[in-house]
Amino acid sequence: MERYFQPEIECASREEMIKLQNERLLKQVQHVWDNVPYYRKKMEAKGVSPDDIKSIDDLYKLPFLSKDDLREAYPYGLMGKPLKECVRIQSTSGTTGKRVVAFYTHKDIDIWEECCARAIVAAGGTDEDVCQVSYGYGLFTGGPGLNGGSHKVGCLTIPTSSGNTDRQIMFIMDLKSTILCCTPSYAAYLGERMKELGYGPDDIPLKAGIFGAEAWSEEMRRDIEKTLGIRAFDIYGLTELSGPGVSFECSDQKGMHINEDHFIAEIIDPETGEVLPEGTQGELVFTSIDKEAFPLLRYRTRDICTLTREKCPCGRTHVRMTKPKGRSDDMLIIRGVNVFPSQIETVLLNNGYAANYQIIVDRVNNTDTLDVQVEMTPEMFTDNVGEIQARQKVLVDGLKSMLGLKASVTLVAPKSIVRSEGKAVRVIDKRKI
Amino acid sequence: MSIKQISVFLENKPGKLSEMTALLAENNIDLRALSLAETKDFGIARMIADDAFEAANVLKNGDFIANFSPVLAYAVPDEPGGLNKLLCAFNEAGVNIEYMYSFLGGNDSSHAYMIFRVADTSAAEAALAAKGLRAVSQEEIANI
Repeated sequence: MERYFQPEIECASREEMIKLQNERLLKQVQHVWDNVPYYRKKMEAKGVSPDDIKSIDDLYKLPFLSKDDLREAYPYGLMGKPLKECVRIQSTSGTTGKRVVAFYTHKDIDIWEECCARAIVAAGGTDEDVCQVSYGYGLFTGGPGLNGGSHKVGCLTIPTSSGNTDRQIMFIMDLKSTILCCTPSYAAYLGERMKELGYGPDDIPLKAGIFGAEAWSEEMRRDIEKTLGIRAFDIYGLTELSGPGVSFECSDQKGMHINEDHFIAEIIDPETGEVLPEGTQGELVFTSIDKEAFPLLRYRTRDICTLTREKCPCGRTHVRMTKPKGRSDDMLIIRGVNVFPSQIETVLLNNGYAANYQIIVDRVNNTDTLDVQVEMTPEMFTDNVGEIQARQKVLVDGLKSMLGLKASVTLVAPKSIVRSEGKAVRVIDKRKI
Repeated sequence: MSIKQISVFLENKPGKLSEMTALLAENNIDLRALSLAETKDFGIARMIADDAFEAANVLKNGDFIANFSPVLAYAVPDEPGGLNKLLCAFNEAGVNIEYMYSFLGGNDSSHAYMIFRVADTSAAEAALAAKGLRAVSQEEIANI
């Protein structure tokens, strides 16, 4: 039996949802117009006023916000409430070097935590569960978001934060944690370490994992599920919009339901900015319709995905987004070809290697080079040089057909690639451009 | 009886081999023989140790990838033509050698020991036994 945290909203009819979105959007546009001069100027420049926005069908008239706007308006330029009404900031992990600071009122935090609670319940969580939050706490939204969601569901919450892997494992085993929340790369590492310590999937009390904050492949999901003996659920979010919980997977595990009562999603052509029809791949754009302190309208996520309104067997009516291929920030352009680390990961896992890899990009004689360093595993090792080289060639061929360009593969020693406790560092770009 | 060769994955970088030998030294593992196969970016160390299981354990705990490969060991008289005679027997028995290496016997100065990797160890051993050649056992190797 599928369970919901807020069934009346999560399973609302499309008509009810549109009505709610229209009300909230109109109010939000007025709120931004009145309180965020930075965005008001953008609207004025485009010749749009709140009177032009009569329903969600008029959304396309509003100007976009991008990460550049966030940088330009840093730190207070996009705030929608006076400081005295704000109670918290969170900040991005800065993996791309561009830090974002977002503000929250009490109500904003409450809504964010509800979104996370929906994700936990969708993963099977109840107040009987022990939920270990191994996302980093602090400025990063992962820890605080899932911590709040776990409280709302009524789970016993273990705020381990990230790191100290053996202590994480001690808590999992001693307190019988049933739900694990962390980045997928850290989940994979925990699995690897538990295997080393002799814990098999049947010994591990975990039953579900909620993993997000970085791109990961289906193959990696299956791997983690097998090692830990759990079902692994994806969760998506951005600090700019609140944090994890903007969308989440249900038991069907086919795309993530977007919390549409708070965020309206659009897919646009990243080149022209034109809104694309449902089912078309493009850049995901979000309008937050009830955030108070940091009310971003038409924020360009740089995530490439598609949306679907096909009926979901789980009963939720909210639109689903596919797993983004990766932020366009993660995307590498190598010899003019777009490459996502997740594509490389898929090839590695399909060929029997683990998700311990690093991508080294360099430029030699004005030509980009792509080297994939992957750790040798006991399963892939033999005493026969020719056989190992043949397997290496299979990888090179697999990468060639997946990416459409030639990459080299270097086999490296086990544990030589640094394990991450938060977001994994997958790419080292040595090109000086 | 085949004996256990320990095969170890090594990166082809300065210091990697000595990391491994340091670990073996710390754990009092005595090597009988060592041979290296190398490519541009990795190598495989193939070793015969006095205690194969202990050596493999030590290496695995030290985060090396190590496994056992069955190999055949034969003693040949340390004199001109000694090896040739043995290889002729391989030839006559139709056994293809994937790789081989040798070491001189520790206390036994009159023999050299040859290690052979073949596709089918037991078939090769039987074919050579039919020609009167006896493979050296794991125990004998440990006690050389």
